[in-house]
Amino acid sequence: MSHTEAAAMEVHSATGLSSRKILMWTFIGSECMLFGSLITTYLVYRGKSVVGPYPEDLLNIPFITVTTFVLLMSSLMMVLALAAVQRGDMKWGKVWLFMTAFLGMVFLGGQVFEFTHFVHEGLTLKTNLFGGTFFLLTGTHGAHVAVGVIWLLSLFLLAQRGRLTQANAETVEIAGLYWHFVDVVWIVLFTLIYLLV
Amino acid sequence: MSNGPEHAHPSTRTYVLVAAILAVITAVEVAVFYLEALDPVLVPVLLTLSAAKFTMVVGLFMHLKFDARLFRALFIGPLFVAIAVMMAMFLMYGVFRG
Repeated sequence: MSHTEAAAMEVHSATGLSSRKILMWTFIGSECMLFGSLITTYLVYRGKSVVGPYPEDLLNIPFITVTTFVLLMSSLMMVLALAAVQRGDMKWGKVWLFMTAFLGMVFLGGQVFEFTHFVHEGLTLKTNLFGGTFFLLTGTHGAHVAVGVIWLLSLFLLAQRGRLTQANAETVEIAGLYWHFVDVVWIVLFTLIYLLV
Repeated sequence: MSNGPEHAHPSTRTYVLVAAILAVITAVEVAVFYLEALDPVLVPVLLTLSAAKFTMVVGLFMHLKFDARLFRALFIGPLFVAIAVMMAMFLMYGVFRG
């Protein structure tokens, strides 16, 4: 993408702020309410399952701590990617973008492993209230991570083809806002689901 | 209406430091979870540590601390609405009674 095209994309609102950033922050605000409702449902039904398996039978804290660490580090990779693109260092911008997506995929792999293990242990969406609310909440988060990974890989491919440059730093910043929000949601879920069993 | 100035973003060193602090807080959270002596204060301690991590990521990684006030309003407003609705539901369903 040329500098002229990139400049044309930076539409500013009457506030003088980027319309795309306003849109992304508004979206993130709405996501707060979406996850708020799912977290509420999980906590309201917590401890009310009448048949097992129960959370304390299944949740593996050491394993999920590792995947949590992976997602936290992906946020570091994301800010490093943005900083590199903003200073025009596309070589490192591409490295950090790919690393962010890769760590996101590692997190998703961990979630697939966890879900598969739970299903083998007899927990499905229909088994009990824990199963229904747990899979809905963490599955919704996982779907957000998957969207983020696809978004980041798309940016990486654009950068590989020379269509993502310093002039498009805001495009990377907006993807970063989404990615960090996904991380922030997991920070809350890690505490509420896994540590406050 | 002024939306406030946008300040320079943190340096790479600051980002790495923040990530290290986040990792340490996560380790402390897990340690607190396993320490039976801390069971009576488990909930407030874990919620405080989680809130600290939340604030650091939103403020520093998402640059909300440095960005325009309008972005802060767009995030914090719905966040407070979500928390208020959660608290109302918890009271209604007796979550705080255990």
